[in-house]
Amino acid sequence: MRTISLRRALPLIIVLVFLAVLPLGANGYILGVLTTAFYFAVFAMSWDLLFGYAGEVNFGPTFLIGLGAYGAGMANALLHAPVPLAILIGAIVAVAGGVALAIPALRLSGPYLGLITLVAVLLLQQAIVIFAGVTGGEIGLSVPDVLSIDSGPNYEYALAFMIISGLVLSIIARSSLGMILQAAGQDKIAAAALGFNATRHKIMAFAISALFSGLAGALLVFYLGTASVSAVVDVSIGVRVIIAAVLGGRRTIIGGAIGAIFLIVAGELLRPIGQLSTFVVALIALIVIVILPDGLLGLLPSRRGA
Amino acid sequence: MLALQILIDGFAISTLYALGALGFTLIFGVSGVLNLAHGGLLVVAAMIAWYVGTSLGYGADWGALAGLGAAIGAALLTYGGVVRPIERSRAIPPRERELFVLTATLLWGVMIQEALAYAFTDSPVTVQPLIGGTIGILGVRTPINELLIAIIAWAVMGCLWLLVNRTKIGKRLLAASINPRALTLLGFELGTIYLTVWLIYGVLAGIAGVLLGSFLGTGSDYIPDLTGSAFTIVVLGGLGSVSGTLMAAYVVGYIETLTAYLISPSLRDVPALFLLIIVLYVRPQGLLGRR
Repeated sequence: MRTISLRRALPLIIVLVFLAVLPLGANGYILGVLTTAFYFAVFAMSWDLLFGYAGEVNFGPTFLIGLGAYGAGMANALLHAPVPLAILIGAIVAVAGGVALAIPALRLSGPYLGLITLVAVLLLQQAIVIFAGVTGGEIGLSVPDVLSIDSGPNYEYALAFMIISGLVLSIIARSSLGMILQAAGQDKIAAAALGFNATRHKIMAFAISALFSGLAGALLVFYLGTASVSAVVDVSIGVRVIIAAVLGGRRTIIGGAIGAIFLIVAGELLRPIGQLSTFVVALIALIVIVILPDGLLGLLPSRRGA
Repeated sequence: MLALQILIDGFAISTLYALGALGFTLIFGVSGVLNLAHGGLLVVAAMIAWYVGTSLGYGADWGALAGLGAAIGAALLTYGGVVRPIERSRAIPPRERELFVLTATLLWGVMIQEALAYAFTDSPVTVQPLIGGTIGILGVRTPINELLIAIIAWAVMGCLWLLVNRTKIGKRLLAASINPRALTLLGFELGTIYLTVWLIYGVLAGIAGVLLGSFLGTGSDYIPDLTGSAFTIVVLGGLGSVSGTLMAAYVVGYIETLTAYLISPSLRDVPALFLLIIVLYVRPQGLLGRR
C-alpha cells in the first residue's frame, strides 16, 4: 500500500492554503472561474476512480452529473425542498443512476460499454427536452435558492467540497477497494480466482463515482442558480471531464483536479482568441496524451517509472 | 401514399447510413481502431464540397471532387498524426492503447469541429446536389438526388466488395484483419496495408460525406451526432462485420424514418437508442458480430 509521504504532500498543502486565502486578494471574476473549476475537478476525480482504477470506459460522466444536478434542481424548484435536502436528493438520484449504469458494465467492456454510457447521456438529454414542463427543457431550470450570492463564500464552499472529495476518493483508491478494482480491471479472471467479488466492487465503484459526480452537479446548480443541458448534461461537457482526467494523469485521482483546473483556467486565458480557444485546448490535450501518456503529474520525478 | 413515401425516404437515408458507417467498421475490422473523429471526416468532405462548389462557385462536380480529396487528406492525417504515434509510442502500455486511441481521436474530432467552424461557418449549409429536379415514383415526388445517392452508394459498396473479395489487395486486408502477425511473417509490410486501408477509408468517408451534405445538410455541429450514429450502427450490426453494418443501417434508417413520419420528427433518434441498449444486453457482440 502506498503511503502519502510528507515531502510529496507539502507542495500540495502550500497550494491549497494559497487557494484558501485567495479571496482576500482576488476579485470576483477570478474566484468565479476557480469555483467552476473546482466543481469540474470533482467531476474529473470521480471519473478517474471508474476509468483509472476500475478500467471502465465511461463516456457518459454527464449522465451521473446531470442526474444529480436535475434531481437537486427539481427537488428545490418543484418540491420546495431546502437546499441541503435537495442536494441529498440529487445525490441519491445520481447513485441510483450509477448503479443502473453498473449493470451493463458487468456484461460489457471497452468500446461497447463506452457506447452504452454515451447512449445514457443522449437519452437523459432527450428526456429533459421531452418533459420540458417539469425540467425546463432546452432553456434550463432555474432554482429559487442558491448557496450564496457572494463570490467569496461560493468559492470557499467549492474549495472545501473539492478538498474533501479529493481526500475521500484518494483514500478509497488507495484502500483495498481501489486495489481490487485495479486487479479486476487488469485481469478479471485472476482477480476472481483469488476470491474477490469483482461484481460487488464494480457496483461500489460506480456508486461512489456517481455519489461525488451527483453531489458536485447538485452544488454546481445551486452555484449557477440554474440547471441546463448545456451546462451539466451535454456530451461536450463529458468530453471535457475525460480530457481533464487524462490530461492531469490517470490513476492518480488528484490528477483529475489538476487537469480540470488547468483546462478551465487555460480556456479563460485563451478567451481573447475567441472561437479558436477550444481548438488550442484540444490540441494541447492531444499533444500531452501522445507525448506524455501519464499526464501532467507524470512530469513529477517521484512518479516516473511507477 | 405515406407508406410509399416512408419506403423511399427510408431507403435513401438507410443507404447513406450504410455508406457512412462502412468506413468506420472497415478501419476497425482491419486495424482495430475505433475512430471517434469519424463524423469529422464526413463533415470535412461536405464542408469543402460546399465551399468549393457553392461559396467559390465552381459548381457541384468540382465541389464533390474537392470534398473527396479533403476527406482523403483528413483520413491520412488522422492516421499519420494521431493514430500512428499512439500505436508506436513505447510510453503507452499496449493494454491501454485502445483507450488512448479513443480519447485522442475524440480530441481530434473536437479540433476538426472547431477548425471548420472557424475557417468556414458554424451555421448549417447544404451541399449542392449533383443533379437537381424531382421525379415521380408511383405518384410520390422524389428528388432525383435521392435516387442518385442510393445508386452511387450501392455502386461504391459493390466496388468495395469486389476490392476485398476479388483482388490481391483485398486478400491482404482480410489477412491483416484475421492475423496481422502471420502477414508480417510472410514478408508483407503491415504499415503499407494500414496506409492502404486508411486511404480506402478516406474515399468512403469522402463520398458518404458529400452525399450526406447534399441530402441532410451539414455543419460543424453535426460532427458528434454523425460519429454517434455511425458508432451505433456499427455496434448494432457487430463491430467489424460489413454485412452486419449494412443490416443495422437499414434497421436504424427505417426506424428513424417511421418515427419521424408517424410520431414526431423530434423523437427520431430515441427508438434506435433503446433498440441498441436492448440488443447489447441480449447479444453484446451485435447482430452479426463475432467475438
